[in-house]
Amino acid sequence: MFDIPFENSWPIANILTEPVGVAHYVSVGAVLFVCGALCMATKRNALGVLMGIELVLNGANLNFVAFGSQYLRADEHSLGLDGQLIALFVIVLAAAEAAVALAIVLNFYNSHDSIDVDHADQLSG
Amino acid sequence: MDPQSTLPFLLMLAWLTPLASFVAIVLFGKYMGPHGKFGGYLATLAIVTSAVLSFTALFGVWLPNYPIKETHHVEHGEPASAGGAAHDHADEHTVTEDARAEDADPHHHVDPTINNEAPAYISGNWYTLGQFGDLKLTIGYYIDALTVGMFCMVTLIASCVHFYAIGYMHDELHEPFVDHEVTLSNGEHLHRKGRFYRFFQYLSLFCFSMLGIVIAGNIAMVFCFWELVGITSYFLIGFYIERKSASTAANKAFIVNRVGDFGMLIGMMALWSSIGTFNFGDIKNTEGQVVEAGVFSQLRTAENDYHIVPPQGMIEEEIRDFGESASAGGEELADTEPKNRAGQWLLFIAGVGIFCGCVGKSAQFPLHVWLPDAMEGPTPVSALVHSATMVAAGVYLVGRCYPIFTPEALLVIAYIGSITAIIAATIAITATDIKRVLAYSTVSQLGYMMLALGLGGWVAGIFHLITHAFFKGLLFMCSGSVIHAVHTNDMTYMGGLRKKMPITAYTMLIGCLAIIGAGIPFTNIGFSGYFSKDAIIEQAWNYADKSPQHSLFLKWFPVVGAAVTAFYMFRLWYMTFAGKPRDHHRFDHAHESPRVMTTPLIVLSIFAIAIGWPIFGVYDMLDQTRPLGTLATAQGELWDVVVPNELLSHEPNLKQPAAIAAITAAGTGLLLSTIIYLWGFLNPAELKQSFKPLHTFLWNKWYFDELYHYIFVKPALWIGGFAAWFDRGIIDSIIHGAAAICRGISKVVDFLFDQTVVDGTVNTFASGTWGLGLWLRRLQTGNLRQYVMFIVVGTVLLFVAITFVQSYLVPT
Repeated sequence: MFDIPFENSWPIANILTEPVGVAHYVSVGAVLFVCGALCMATKRNALGVLMGIELVLNGANLNFVAFGSQYLRADEHSLGLDGQLIALFVIVLAAAEAAVALAIVLNFYNSHDSIDVDHADQLSG
Repeated sequence: MDPQSTLPFLLMLAWLTPLASFVAIVLFGKYMGPHGKFGGYLATLAIVTSAVLSFTALFGVWLPNYPIKETHHVEHGEPASAGGAAHDHADEHTVTEDARAEDADPHHHVDPTINNEAPAYISGNWYTLGQFGDLKLTIGYYIDALTVGMFCMVTLIASCVHFYAIGYMHDELHEPFVDHEVTLSNGEHLHRKGRFYRFFQYLSLFCFSMLGIVIAGNIAMVFCFWELVGITSYFLIGFYIERKSASTAANKAFIVNRVGDFGMLIGMMALWSSIGTFNFGDIKNTEGQVVEAGVFSQLRTAENDYHIVPPQGMIEEEIRDFGESASAGGEELADTEPKNRAGQWLLFIAGVGIFCGCVGKSAQFPLHVWLPDAMEGPTPVSALVHSATMVAAGVYLVGRCYPIFTPEALLVIAYIGSITAIIAATIAITATDIKRVLAYSTVSQLGYMMLALGLGGWVAGIFHLITHAFFKGLLFMCSGSVIHAVHTNDMTYMGGLRKKMPITAYTMLIGCLAIIGAGIPFTNIGFSGYFSKDAIIEQAWNYADKSPQHSLFLKWFPVVGAAVTAFYMFRLWYMTFAGKPRDHHRFDHAHESPRVMTTPLIVLSIFAIAIGWPIFGVYDMLDQTRPLGTLATAQGELWDVVVPNELLSHEPNLKQPAAIAAITAAGTGLLLSTIIYLWGFLNPAELKQSFKPLHTFLWNKWYFDELYHYIFVKPALWIGGFAAWFDRGIIDSIIHGAAAICRGISKVVDFLFDQTVVDGTVNTFASGTWGLGLWLRRLQTGNLRQYVMFIVVGTVLLFVAITFVQSYLVPT
């Protein structure tokens, strides 16, 4: 093992060396979130934007699940399922959102013959 | 039955029944049958119920508990010789042997100095309206034989009038009602809706108020109902409100009464501030101890042998109001006069003040002018309100408050009554309007009652009040029957109606005989007026016997008045019913009134004949309810007045000449009237010509209306005109000038400050907000991807900012 400077103040090093823990989940969630956000910001195709949204939501879900881990909890008296439950809620929400969004997209396509979000600027000030 | 609890309850029911009828007719009168016909029946039912309750109270409760004791003073027209053989009429009484034995020597036991205690009465409070320290305003009752008797009298006459009015007001049931006395600008007569139910609504309200006066247990309550009868009188006089004469007469009655009521308020204040109670009688608790002493027993205490002596509170109040000198009667007088004058002036003011209210309500000189004009109301109203009951309420109140009056106040009352009696009687000689003759006759008779009360003849005055109510109600209803038949009030269009309407004619003849006091002297045979009027004249002679300086006004005026009364009453009867018809058209259309109108006439004529008969004991009943301490001969403290004991008037040496004078006077008047108007030995037109100035003077009613017009109405109009000029010319121009100046100043301020500073500030803010909005608008591009970038960048920036703040700025 090579020597790692600033062992206590440099968490990246710990991620690479330690067994899989909360930090790893959180890292993956962050990457997913940023990917999703970028996807939303760059895609001109409305479906692409929706996919980005899914990524963002799932990035958040990962965080919930990670922080819901029973290893982080000192409370013995609860079931410790809060994080998981909220994640389930988010999934349901995402499904509902996708349905509504797809309906909007479909209507948009019917009226504009396109699903380019740059054309959807009727709400500009 | 226990009278303490049953009497107030019975009389309260009798009192409130007309109120219930009034409320029902006010709310639902319009829907009661065709044109509100059943409203009249409802009111009649209510007053008949009251009458039944009142008579139940009298015969079922009062008389069994407080039976009339046989006294020897009641026997009327007794011969001078005090022998037992002269008592041939004694069989009429159910006298016991004891009473008969006492009768044998009746008149030599009168001791004028013996005073009487309070009569049997029931007094209490139903409800306390307000309490201010020791001063209390309550709704209470004071029930004695006078109250119960008045209840019976009022409800009986009111019942007759209600029945009569159903017939008399029948025209109001027609739709539309045509008022022939109102001509519109297009020359047609007024057509309006019938107001049958409304008439009965007012009658019910009147009955309620009148009974309220009678049952009232304190002066404040009397005053409330006093005003209530005033307003009902106003409504009823102005019943034909479209006629100018009716509305003017209603206003006149109301305004003239206010003058009297002002005096009454002063009297009430004088009493309240010094005695501290309005209650007539003592309020007792269940053990019979006096809880609150009433006015009467405070003024006339047992220690003073029930003579009137101002209580300490009154003396103190007088010193507060007038200073030391008034109560002492002046320094120099205090030394020479042994009499105690302290408090007497205030007592005098209280008495005269209360009497002022009675002057207004009972149409006494100088406030008598409203009553003849009040005849504009429908005739049943004249019969009930303006002759039998309401105007008698003034006399009733004097009788009720009798212990309050000092001998000096009584002298004032006597003089006012005497002057009224003679003035009104003379005016009645020349009047040709049948109702006006009766109205002046009413004023004159009310004057007699006041005179009797003022002379100390309490029983005589109240007795005349009751007999007069019956025969005057009868006379008015007869005149109404005549008016109903010939459609005019003017006697110069009548004549010979005896053949057309016999019932009316002969019942009216009974009324006339009753009012002139027809009877056989020294016997008990006569009409009701014979007993009451003789009692008044006897007391007048009794008074003049003790104080001869008042002989002219208080001894001879009543006698002359009696002659004049007989003259004008029979002039009225002859002109209406005897001789030949003066207007054949009207004569041919005349007809006897329907039975619903004639039956009350017959009922009342029976009472007019018989109510005064000693066998019915009205005089006895009144004699035994004489107010506290008013029997003994009383001396005035302020000046020389002697009010003699009323029992002395039954002494043969006074009674005999008085009776002869009374019957002679009545006979003279009757004879003169017969000579002129029946036999035609003297031509009325020639007489009128030869006494032209006198006739003009009387025809113009002593110029009272003109006098008041110049003294009060004209100056009031001048003052009003001046006030209007001042208002329009001066006050209005000041206000208009101020308004113009104010407007100018505000224009300047508007230009200098409002338009620059205030508007500038507001406009700057507005344009700034507008510009900011325009700039922010550019952020709203509508580009989705840009929004996402904003969100991301914003979040990151927030995160960085929070981290920065937490790391460096927040001290750990």
